[in-house]
Formats: sequence, C-alpha cells, structure tokens
Amino acid sequence: MIRFDNVSKRYATGHEGLSNTSFAIEEGQMAFLTGHSGAGKSTLLRLIGCLERPTRGQVWVNDRNLNKLSNSQIPYHRRDVGMIFQDHRLLHDRTVFDNVALPLVVAGASPNEIKRRVNAALDKVGLLHKERSMPLTLSGGEQQRVGIARAVVSKPKVLLADEPTGNLDPELSKEIMELFMEFNRVGVTLLIATHDIALILSMSQRIIKLDKGRIVADGWARK
Amino acid sequence: MKSKTRNEKPNFISIWAMRHAQTAVTALGRLLLNPLSNGMTLAVIAIAIALPTTLYVMIDNVRGLSDEWQGASSISLFLKTDIDETQARAIAQRVAALDSVANTQLITKAQALEEFKERSGFGAALDLLKDNPLPNVIVITPNEASSTPMAAKQLLSQLKTLREVDSAQLDLEWVQRLEAITDLFIRGVLVLAALLGAGVLLIVGNTIRLEVQHRHSEIEIMKLVGATDRFIRRPFLYEGLWYGLLGGIAALIMSIIALWLLSGPVEQISGLYNSNFALDWLSGEAFLLVFFGSPLLGLGGALLALIRHLRMIQPD
Ligand SMILES: Nc1ncnc2c1ncn2[C@@H]1O[C@H](COP(=O)(O)OP(=O)(O)OP(=O)(O)O)[C@@H](O)[C@H]1O
Ligand SMILES: [Mg+2]
Repeated sequence: MIRFDNVSKRYATGHEGLSNTSFAIEEGQMAFLTGHSGAGKSTLLRLIGCLERPTRGQVWVNDRNLNKLSNSQIPYHRRDVGMIFQDHRLLHDRTVFDNVALPLVVAGASPNEIKRRVNAALDKVGLLHKERSMPLTLSGGEQQRVGIARAVVSKPKVLLADEPTGNLDPELSKEIMELFMEFNRVGVTLLIATHDIALILSMSQRIIKLDKGRIVADGWARK
Repeated sequence: MKSKTRNEKPNFISIWAMRHAQTAVTALGRLLLNPLSNGMTLAVIAIAIALPTTLYVMIDNVRGLSDEWQGASSISLFLKTDIDETQARAIAQRVAALDSVANTQLITKAQALEEFKERSGFGAALDLLKDNPLPNVIVITPNEASSTPMAAKQLLSQLKTLREVDSAQLDLEWVQRLEAITDLFIRGVLVLAALLGAGVLLIVGNTIRLEVQHRHSEIEIMKLVGATDRFIRRPFLYEGLWYGLLGGIAALIMSIIALWLLSGPVEQISGLYNSNFALDWLSGEAFLLVFFGSPLLGLGGALLALIRHLRMIQPD
C-alpha cells in the first residue's frame, strides 16, 4: 500500500530530512513511526501525502508512483489519504459538522451524501451531539477527534497521523489509539508518528524507528 | 413515482449549476458581511468607472451638436467700419445675386449692439460708449451645392477680395475646430477610461489578494483535504465578479445622476445659443459596455491576484 524505494528528502536549506529510506506497509497493515525530534517522522508522512516531493528515490502509495503525479493530480491523491495533525488544523469559523464535511465538499459530494457520511464519521468518534459546536469550544481531545472524523469521512484507504496524541493525557491517548485500531480492523492502512514510546510498546504493533533521517529499526514490539 | 426516482439522482449539470450558484451567493454574502470597508472599495471602483462614462456621454453630446450644425454652415462678412448702412445693404444685395449664395442677411451695427447689450448683460457699461465700435455684418448662407466645406471655402476667398470687406469668416471653421477638439477629448476620455480600467483591475486584484492572505490557513487546510486549485479559486473569482458588477451598477447610477444634474444648466446654455439642444442620456451601447465590462474587469482583477498568490500557498 505504501512503499519507499531509497527515498531521500533534502530541504532547500540543504538539510537532509530523510536519507535513503526503504520500507513497505501492506494493505490493511498498521505501523508506528518513532524517533527523536527532528528524526524525519513528519517529513516521511508529508512525502506520503505529497505535501513534499522526494529529492531521490520513489514513493508509491496505493499502486501509484507519486513521482509521476502532476501538480494538478495531487488533490485527487490527497482524497485517498486521510491526514491527522497534532494541531488538528480545523477551521475555527466553521462548525464541527462543516469541518468534517470539508473533504466531501471539495470532492463535490451531494448534500445528502455529505449529511449521511458526516453523521456516520461523527458518530464513530463519539461527537455526534457536538456537530453544531464551534471547534474552539471543544476540549483538546474532542478537537483531535473532529480531526480524525474529517480524515476518515471520505473513507480513505490510507490514514496518516502525525503525533495525534501529542497534547493529550494518557487516558485520552489510549482512547484515540483504540479508535485507530478500530479503523485498522476494517481494513484501513495506518501509519502513526509518535514520541509516546510507552503507549506504542503497550500495543504490540509494528514500529519503524528513525534516527537522523535513517531507518534504524523496523519490527514488532513485544508486550 | 417514476419522476421521483429520477429526482433522487440529480444529473451532473444541475449539481454543477447549483454548486456555482451556491458559491456565487456565498461570495456575495461575504462581500456584504463587511459593508464599511467593502463599500469603500465598491465606491472607488464605481467612481473610476463613472468618471470616464459621464465624460464620454457629455463629449459625445457635443459631437452630435457639431454634426447638427455641419450642414448649416454660413459665412460672416465683416464690413469695414467706414461703410454705412445703405452701402452695406447694397453690398448684401450684390452678394445675394451670386450663383452660389442662397440668401444674405444684414446685421447692422445698431442691431448688433442692441443684441449684444441684451445678451451679454453689459448693457449699462455699453451705454457709456460714444461710438458704436461694431461693424456691419452680412451673414451669407451658401446654396446647397456650395455648403460643402470645399465649396464654401472657395466662396469665402472670393468674398474676401471685395473692397468693402474687412474680414470674412467661415463659420464652418469653428464647427470643424469644435469637431477636432471633441475628437481629441474623446481620445483623452478613452485613455482615461483605459487607465481607470487598469486601476479597477488593480483595486479588485489587491482586494482579492488581501482576502487570499486573510484566508491563508483556510486555503491551506482545503488543499490538505484534496481541494483542487479550481475549487479554491472559484469563490474568489465570484467575489471579483461581484465587485465589478456592483461597482458597474453603482457607476451607472452615478453617471445618470451626474447627467441629470448637468442637464438643467445645459438646457439654459443652449437656450442662449438659440439651440434646442438637450443632453442625451447614456447610449444603449455605453450602458451595455459598462454593465458587462465591469464584471469582466472584476473577474480579471481577481484572476490576476489568484494566479500569483494561490500557487504560493502550499500546505505544510
Ligand atoms: N521546511 C523545512 N525546511 C528545512 N528543514 C526542514 C523543514 N522541515 C523539516 N526540516 C528539517 O528536517 C528534519 C526532519 O524534520 P521532521 O519535521 O521530519 O522531524 P520530526 O521527526 O517530525 O520531528 P518532531 O518529532 O520534532 O516533529 C529536521 O532536522 C528539520 O529541522
Ligand atoms: Mg514532526
């Protein structure tokens, strides 16, 4: 589902965010991405979402070679990849409903379909009763769940999360992780970047460890 | 029953049209949401469009006037001051007998002075004059064949050679001069219109650019969830279109009010010149040009801003 072939990313500053990385995540798999701050976790996720282009090597997502993607095709690629951010990236002047509806609106879904799917997504994250609220009136954990609902509302095959539990207490983090596991159970391919070693060690999942832009470990954690 | 099932699946075109209509209404709503600053922008756009429009209509009116006078060219013969009235009458008869002349009319110095007193308002001051300084004047109307500019000029040079004539003037000359001047002014107005049109383009462009900057993070998020550039551009283009359209309509109203304010004095002046000239309103073409040209200007301005600034916003 996701494949990196000797991928390097050198930023305009000359700094190498990612050096010669290769790995693959099969369809329906789930993996954590970890490593020190500045290791290149965000860089790797950004390459998958085509927010950034690799300097060298090839990135494949969903049997699509992202190097061959023209700029005008990028939006269509992003509709197949749900992205979740630590800072939520919500529109603060729109309701929860409108925020979650955004991917469907930009894709040109019909009003009926939007209503049905947004309600389903909000129900999934347990925020159906908050659909008329403004994001800033919600707690951090609730905002993160709105972000998750937005990422899954168009049923993408791939879900990327960059520090989704960064600001949350252990209890909430656990809840969010369980939510991700649920998506994984219905076949969504998941890649989650996080610092929270304790949390991921408790989950016996595949862990890819980055250090200074290189993959230094890739395997399954044991309980 | 059948039609119901059809309605449940609206066709692509109607979804597309509905989405555009929605975007247009939303853009208008956003524009009206901030009436003070957007109203100011609209006023500037309206003035920039109304100014050349009004000037054009006025100059076009003057041009119509000179057309009207073209056919009725006449020659004024100013006789030497030592020619008295009887002599003048004889000359007038002599000239009237010429082939190329339709008729002549003598305006004696006394008549001329009387008329001048009446029209100029200097009556009392003129009474102080000992002598009447005005000459006798013969106004000659050439016959049809000689009223063309060429023939009239020939007649003019012939009349100038008369011994009793001090000077002769073809009234066609000032008609032609007026025409040249109005042509010049029309050109000036067109240049002005082009400059102000470019101004409108830049005003709308700048307004949209600020709007894009203001909604930077929103655009970023929309790009993150897979919005195409076209989708993001659409509401801004509609906003530009609305600025142009509303500005254009306001400009038309301004022009009509300005022309209405001017029509009174114009009628008064034309009364003084024995003319039944009245100000014409905006011509149909000018109206359509403003009505359809302004939204295009707004659209162009928005496009200008978007081409440069949308590309620069990339999510990170
Ligand atoms: N836009 C950029 N321009 C230049 N250098 C960058 C840019 N983005 C990231 N980097 C550099 O690339 C390296 C990897 O950054 P990245 O954001 O991928 O790290 P990270 O693993 O996500 O760190 P963190 O855990 O702090 O989020 C860092 O050294 C960073 O300074
Ligand atoms: Mg990061």
